[in-house]
Amino acid sequence: MKKENFIWSALKIGLTSGAIAIFICLIGMVDVFSKRDVVEEVITLGQFVLLATSVMAGLLASRRTVHLLGREKWTAALVSGLAAGFISGGMVALLVLLGDKVNLRAIFLNASPVLYELLTFGKGVGNIWVLPLMGALGGLLGGAYLYLPGRISHPVNRGLFIIVFMALFAGLFRVIFINQGPEMEKVAKYLFGQTGLTKAGALIFFFGVILITVFWTYRGAAVRAGVARLPKAGQVSLRVIAIALIAIIALALPGVSGPFISQVIVTVALFILMGLGLNITLGFAGLLDLGFVAFYAIGAYTVGLLTSYGPFGLQHISFWEAIPIAVLVSIAAGFTLGLPVLGVRGDYLAIATLGFGEIVRLLAGSDFLSPYFGGPQGIIGIQKPCIGVLEPFVKMDVPRVCHPIWTGDFLFLKNITIGGELGTPQTIYFVAIAAALLVAFVAWRLRESRLGRAWMAIREDEDVAEALGINLIQTKLLAYMLGAAMAGLGGAIFATLIGSIFASSMQLIVSINVVALIIVGGMGSIPGVIVGAIALIGLPELLREISEFRYLLYGAALIAMMLAKPEGLWPSQAAKRELHHENTEAQL
Amino acid sequence: MSMLNVENVHTFYGNIHALKGINLHIEQGEIVTLIGGNGAGKTTTLRTISGLLKPSEGNITLNGEDLIKYPAHEVVYKGVSMVPEGRGVFARMSVTENLEMGAYSQSDTGKLARNMERVFHLFPRLKERRAQLAGTLSGGEQQMLATGRALMAEPKLLLMDEPSMGLAPVLVELIFDIIQQINNEGVTILLVEQNALMALSIAHRGYVLQTGEIVLGDKAEQLRNDPTVQKAYLGIE
Repeated sequence: MKKENFIWSALKIGLTSGAIAIFICLIGMVDVFSKRDVVEEVITLGQFVLLATSVMAGLLASRRTVHLLGREKWTAALVSGLAAGFISGGMVALLVLLGDKVNLRAIFLNASPVLYELLTFGKGVGNIWVLPLMGALGGLLGGAYLYLPGRISHPVNRGLFIIVFMALFAGLFRVIFINQGPEMEKVAKYLFGQTGLTKAGALIFFFGVILITVFWTYRGAAVRAGVARLPKAGQVSLRVIAIALIAIIALALPGVSGPFISQVIVTVALFILMGLGLNITLGFAGLLDLGFVAFYAIGAYTVGLLTSYGPFGLQHISFWEAIPIAVLVSIAAGFTLGLPVLGVRGDYLAIATLGFGEIVRLLAGSDFLSPYFGGPQGIIGIQKPCIGVLEPFVKMDVPRVCHPIWTGDFLFLKNITIGGELGTPQTIYFVAIAAALLVAFVAWRLRESRLGRAWMAIREDEDVAEALGINLIQTKLLAYMLGAAMAGLGGAIFATLIGSIFASSMQLIVSINVVALIIVGGMGSIPGVIVGAIALIGLPELLREISEFRYLLYGAALIAMMLAKPEGLWPSQAAKRELHHENTEAQL
Repeated sequence: MSMLNVENVHTFYGNIHALKGINLHIEQGEIVTLIGGNGAGKTTTLRTISGLLKPSEGNITLNGEDLIKYPAHEVVYKGVSMVPEGRGVFARMSVTENLEMGAYSQSDTGKLARNMERVFHLFPRLKERRAQLAGTLSGGEQQMLATGRALMAEPKLLLMDEPSMGLAPVLVELIFDIIQQINNEGVTILLVEQNALMALSIAHRGYVLQTGEIVLGDKAEQLRNDPTVQKAYLGIE
């Protein structure tokens, strides 16, 4: 085989990165991101993304060169990094030149003068040389990064990450801080601007994280050893303190963060419920279900029909009475789905369950059943959960009144209320978190149980499992039913959170999201479900401004994830061991 | 009364008539081997006995009790265990977990520990590797694990499907030694093999299966000296 030339590989990497840069320009990402800052008056998010492509190109090209020629040829490595960055920036410059002569807007809607303005820093085509220069600089930086020793590059890495992270969520943090009173408002305005971090904020976060990382690198081992040396009682109390701290933060969070973040957390918790459910059918028992949203819908509709004071309400019972019924109905639905698809395996199972999910959605939204399920109008006026005394139902469209358990003064505290209607995201938060914790505990106990073992045996080999004495029918049906119960509980809370449900919100994409979050978190892993839900549901919800590009980024993240960390973010023990052994075998 | 009696059993795969009236019997304490070429119906016979396939006609009795009426997952409770073709270990479970799965039909945890000790005694290699994932074991070790897993259910009758498949000759000998050892401990064995020479060297009796029918059944020694068997399965002209 002919040895690969490093210049050639730098060229290839530069061209690829240039193509990516042009792509993100033409889809309008640069445009939108330019309205956000990473650091105010220093760099916008749009510029940052473009610069990042050059730096990545430089990094990859230099790494390739080091791989081909060896680490000692540092000039060649830096040159190839520089070249790749230059080409990447140059291609964007060519786009501007082309766009200046030809009207590209007929095809690419976003190839507007605004974009060219942004790309040339507002100076027009005369300023075009800046782009390749910036690219080359970025590429050089990327190449130089390779030669940083680990003890420097590691903290710098973290520092940069925290800047980008804080900048992306600057608006949120600002609001949270400002809510806490005038002193905190000053702090917030010092750290966070309207659209990103302030200069001071960026420096504080950057060096703060670097200090922590450096401290942990040099002293972390000593701290850990110190903890390990503590007597047993000390360790236990340390753990108790940690758990108590987490609990206090969890209890205070909705009050501190306001309705938006509470709503996001509730959404994440609902997806955790669905994820834990699917983790039983798919993660434990290996039964792929692409129609999982059906159980969510069934839980939601059951609560809706049973508690609504709107036109389709049947019983007007309270949320707490409706919950167990919703779970039971979901279990029955799981049984109904499970029975016909018992003998179906693999790809065929995916299609069959996909069909089930669509059937439930279409039936719920159909004109045919609209006298019962409201059709496209959905079910409105779903009663909120009440802690206290719920007055009887009076008439349609009038919610039942909820009286708190107790109101009055307590010592120096005036107007204390205990209980009341859980009508806001901040209050439903507690219901959702409690349900997620309960279900996570149940899932964990199930995994350790005899039934859990049977599921895993079925996942590995159905015939052998059967020959060992595992009743396939019973075990598989239980997987479907328990998974459905968890999703149904999620749907039930969803119904009361939103107050109304529509068949159109039970789309296939919900099922796909649940499958994706399980895979990203780590198949069969319970903490993985939580991490996956936060990463795939929570973060995109918080980054609403870039929601246009949500699925693009989502897809890119999934591909990157499968290439870099196929076992998931928080893999189960078995998956970890499997990968570990592969590594050791590769070394032999 | 024989321990296992298979009478006139017909089994179909869809439209394919795989077993065309099999008759065989196994006495308590025997090793009986079933030899034959590819597609003769050896595995189908085992799967029919273990309940994974249901015959369309015929009787299977274990110590006089009808076995066909039990679904596959209950047959193990009657004292029949299977070592499947291609081993079928649970690749993503550890050796210990695989063995525990083998005892799925046993409720007594004290017995579980004893049986595990017995398996580790038979296969010291498994004890060394007990924390390792089954998928990372070598072929021979996987065969040991599959055999050990079947023994965890304390079978009276052990059905073994091609234990020598894909193993180095030295390992084949080891496995066959252990089969004899298991048999000496009182487990009756039905051994399906393509390696007819090895199988007939440890078996008491044997049957020759050809396109779904038993064409010969005799003492192992007799079969070894039978000219047609020698020609077709032992490679002796």
